[in-house]
Amino acid sequence: MNDSVTISRRAFAGGLALLGLERAAARAQGFAGLGENAEGFAAVVPGKTFAFPADHGPHPQFRIEWWYVTANLKDSAGAAYGAQWTLFRQATRPGAQQQGWANPQIWMGHTAVTSADTHRYAEAFARGGVGQAGVDTKPFLAWIDSWEMRGLDPMREAMLAPLDLKASGADFSYALRLDADRPVVLQGDAGYSRKSERGQASYYYSQPYFKVTGRISLGDQPAEVTGLAWMDREWSSQPLAPDQTGWDWFSLHLNSGEKLMLYRLRQKDGRNDLFGNWITPDGRSVEIASADNSITSTVVTDVAGRKVPTGWRVLIPAHGLAIETTPLNAKSWMGTSFPYWEGPISFAGSHAGLGYLEMTGY
Amino acid sequence: MSRVFWILAVLLSHWRRHPMQLATLLIGLIAATALWSGVQALNAQARSSYDRAAATFGGARTAMLVGRDDANFPQVLFVELRRAGWPVSPVLEGRIQIGGRSFRLLGIEPVTLPAEVGNAPTIARSGLQSFVTPPGEMLVAREVLADLDLPEGATPTASGGTLLPPLRVQPDLAPGVLVVDIGVAQRLLDVPDQVSRLLIGKTKGPRAALETVAGDKLRLVEPDAQSDLERLTDSFHLNLTAFGLLSFVVGLFIVNSAIGLAFEQRRPMLRTLRACGVSARLLNTVLVIELVALALIAGVAGLVCGYAIAASLLPDVAASLRGLYGAQIPGQLTLRSEWWIAGLAISVLGALAAAAASLLKAARLPVLVAAQPQAWQQAQHRWLIVQSAVALAVFAAAGVLLWYGDSLLSGFAVLAALLLAAALVLPAILERVLSLGQRGARRPLAVWFWADSRQQLSGLSLALMALLLALAVNVGVGTMVESFSRTFVGWLDGRLAADVYVSARDDAQAMAIKAWLRGRPEVAAILPGGRADAQFRGAPIEILGLPDHATYSEHWPLLESTANAWIRLRPGDAALISEQLSRRLKLGVGDRITVPAPGGNWPLEIVGIYADYGNPKGQITVNYAALTRRFPAIPTTRFGLRVATPEIPALLSALREQFGLDDRSLADQATMKAESKRIFNRTFAVTAALNTFTLGVAGVALLTSLLTLSNSRLPQLAPLWAIGITRRRLAAIELVKTLSVALITALLALPLGLLVAWCLIAVVNVKAFGWRLPFHVFPLQLLELLGVAMAASLLAALLPVMKLARMQPASLIKIFADER
Repeated sequence: MNDSVTISRRAFAGGLALLGLERAAARAQGFAGLGENAEGFAAVVPGKTFAFPADHGPHPQFRIEWWYVTANLKDSAGAAYGAQWTLFRQATRPGAQQQGWANPQIWMGHTAVTSADTHRYAEAFARGGVGQAGVDTKPFLAWIDSWEMRGLDPMREAMLAPLDLKASGADFSYALRLDADRPVVLQGDAGYSRKSERGQASYYYSQPYFKVTGRISLGDQPAEVTGLAWMDREWSSQPLAPDQTGWDWFSLHLNSGEKLMLYRLRQKDGRNDLFGNWITPDGRSVEIASADNSITSTVVTDVAGRKVPTGWRVLIPAHGLAIETTPLNAKSWMGTSFPYWEGPISFAGSHAGLGYLEMTGY
Repeated sequence: MSRVFWILAVLLSHWRRHPMQLATLLIGLIAATALWSGVQALNAQARSSYDRAAATFGGARTAMLVGRDDANFPQVLFVELRRAGWPVSPVLEGRIQIGGRSFRLLGIEPVTLPAEVGNAPTIARSGLQSFVTPPGEMLVAREVLADLDLPEGATPTASGGTLLPPLRVQPDLAPGVLVVDIGVAQRLLDVPDQVSRLLIGKTKGPRAALETVAGDKLRLVEPDAQSDLERLTDSFHLNLTAFGLLSFVVGLFIVNSAIGLAFEQRRPMLRTLRACGVSARLLNTVLVIELVALALIAGVAGLVCGYAIAASLLPDVAASLRGLYGAQIPGQLTLRSEWWIAGLAISVLGALAAAAASLLKAARLPVLVAAQPQAWQQAQHRWLIVQSAVALAVFAAAGVLLWYGDSLLSGFAVLAALLLAAALVLPAILERVLSLGQRGARRPLAVWFWADSRQQLSGLSLALMALLLALAVNVGVGTMVESFSRTFVGWLDGRLAADVYVSARDDAQAMAIKAWLRGRPEVAAILPGGRADAQFRGAPIEILGLPDHATYSEHWPLLESTANAWIRLRPGDAALISEQLSRRLKLGVGDRITVPAPGGNWPLEIVGIYADYGNPKGQITVNYAALTRRFPAIPTTRFGLRVATPEIPALLSALREQFGLDDRSLADQATMKAESKRIFNRTFAVTAALNTFTLGVAGVALLTSLLTLSNSRLPQLAPLWAIGITRRRLAAIELVKTLSVALITALLALPLGLLVAWCLIAVVNVKAFGWRLPFHVFPLQLLELLGVAMAASLLAALLPVMKLARMQPASLIKIFADER
């Protein structure tokens, strides 16, 4: 059951809203074609050999895919910021990838900037086939409207770096330079993220080692910033299960140089299994599934008329981790077509550091 | 309160004794309300459907980018603008024929469509996926299903054989519009990767300057409160409104005289009430209450009649608007509560305005002082001078407007000013004519005749003004329509140059017929013809293809052209355009235009302008071969034949027999002309109906005025009777008097009417329809109208005159006893 969750962690819920299904269902399920099977789309099977830069590009034969960047930043005065840049792809039907308007792909972009007292966001939609949105591999360019993630010379394909990241909304904008000195990290079993007896899985890799410099504008106050960023690349074809009500997802940069990806899928029956990977500074990634791991909400915030748990206690005994997380801005609400909470957090306890938290279904 | 009730009861008792008067008052109010609200209902109906059309995916309500020359432009500009931060959404527009009917095809892109342009949420509900996934869906208003006689989900076939996407009902859409995904539209219109315009949504952030992205290929069109259709149809509605207003004013004339009469007759009653201790204020209040109650009753009746008028005129109005501007008006009248409230309000306000003078008189009514007709007469004379001065000022204003005005509205303003000034100056002119007559009179009775006519003038002048206006408008509109008709027929002779017109069932039959015709010696030439629909600068146009044949260069009248215009059409890069298109878009010979066509834009140079009367849809004429190259899907089933006249009947029957053609697919020139004239006449059906109605209302106004006068003038007539003039003689004199002032008025109306006609032809027509006509005067028609006017006056005068002739001597004697 739970495995399909991975696939829809940052579920392409906007696509669902776009397709006109009920909001409530969208919030819970977060994915278009609810209840449909993956028939006609390519299946995710073990043993895939990832090839770059080809796999940085789109896989249109799969139903869903995303390019997902979150950055924890700080200006020269020490003020903290968060930045999000996301591009989703969804195929409305399997089959030939025609050019022009007959192309079955729909693209969605989300972008946001967060400071301690401000959270601003924007979204964009586009159809594939005409050039309004897409991802090219050589040279690397992922774009929707004027928002883009562009590979720079000399591009190191294995590291997916360096990159220029740009986006703007009505009242914010940013331009960031992302660079990494280590290759991308394959999640799950060599990039095959499998967690269900029914065979549901995704292809999943991340670049958690980005270092960032750039400029953020909130209103008319530009700030020079530096910090850390994390990119997820994931694609699959399986839909969500109907009894899943939402998820809580963490990407954490530990001050020790280690990285932690952790998420929980909430089910109607109360089973809230935790999944994640512990990534060492040298790029080794280990799954951390264990019944001893837990996350518990400590603070609940009223935001957008909902009660959202914005503070958490996280325990991973096998790695000696016991931390409490605090949001930079508890009101980091993404009031997009498919609404959710996503914002920068900091944490302290056995380990300290920065990260990002995404929560849906509240 | 009970006091008010009793006063009201006393006042109302008057109507019980004079039911005819009550009827006139009500008829006046009903007529005023009915025509006004009927016209308002028609206008509202049309406007709401323009709104629907305009709201259809960003008509003029949304800022947009259009091509420099309003032609289609490459889709890549859309992508480049999106990449530069412009929140634009592409729209492709064109026309498509289904079952011989032309529809506006709109291709939209629902994913980027700005939410504020409307209809987007309903698209989403109907299912984005099925809308964008080939074959897609075609969203239509319910009316379209009825028009096509197809159920929802049916897949109609376009002329040319293209299978269209399944129909899906979208209630908010305007009738006559088909909405499909932009990809589907590009395929159906055969314009791959082309778009017509880009709607601009709410800005999402910084965007590059338009020029840096699109160069000079696109220009920004700011949102406009007025839609294209509204602009185009303004003239039509202004026309209707003008007529509605005219009838309203004329209806109020009736009300005015009916209330005047009632006041005159109730004078003793009012005096008695005042003497009984009712204050002037209370009396006036009750009079107002009475009036408002009557106005409300009449208002409701008027609204019902207005609804009936609107409902019966709607098909004609809808037909005119569809024919003229491609505007689709649903045939079912829907009315909002505002309409009812406005109708009642206008009835009450109109009644109060019409009764103002009488109410004022009642308020100032001295309790015991006798009437002072002489003093009043003098006051009237001073007023006449003021009125004439105002009239001259209004005339001057009309002149200024004529000289400097350049819009349709100013054209109508000139008309209104002319009519108003003429109406105002009428009493002065009548007074002048009558005093001249008086000076020329010798015998005492004749002198009295003229003097009494002058005295009577003030009471009759309002009704005479109504007559003047109604007649002048009738003369004006009649002359315009007749001039138009004459010009139209002459032009049709040149235009319908072929002798026989054939419309084959399909291309195969057309081929067979042509092959057969080639073997007939009496057929001098086969002239293929084709017609394509296109959307050009926001309005539907026709593109006509004519073969390169001497028939056209010899007969087809051109208003303006370059040398060898017909020869220059041959290569397919030149066109003739219709006069109205040239006026509307300010295009002249030598200008270049770009017409959207399947497979790409079609640049054309204008080499000539021709009259295209009766077809305010713009038209472009090109070489036939070029048209079929550019629009390969148009049917090639229509053609004309040149045949020697005596051979026509034989050829027609041979064609009928050989190919089973019926009357719809085979016609000779005479039939075509008759059909064209029928369509032409229909365009003016509404005008003619309103015209007749106004004249009728004017007649009723005259009747009520005369009825009023006949009562109040008994004190003037009784002494004459007393000195020995018989009632019959008196009645005859009264009749002659009425008819002579009516005749003078009618004679004045004729030149005024011609002036109105000139205004309509030289100013209003050019602005409204885009054609200028030669001005003709039709003496017979003028005589006929004069006759009608005199007959109406006679009818109106007859009733009061007969009353006088049959009046009991006792009533006349009573005049001397009664205190007035």
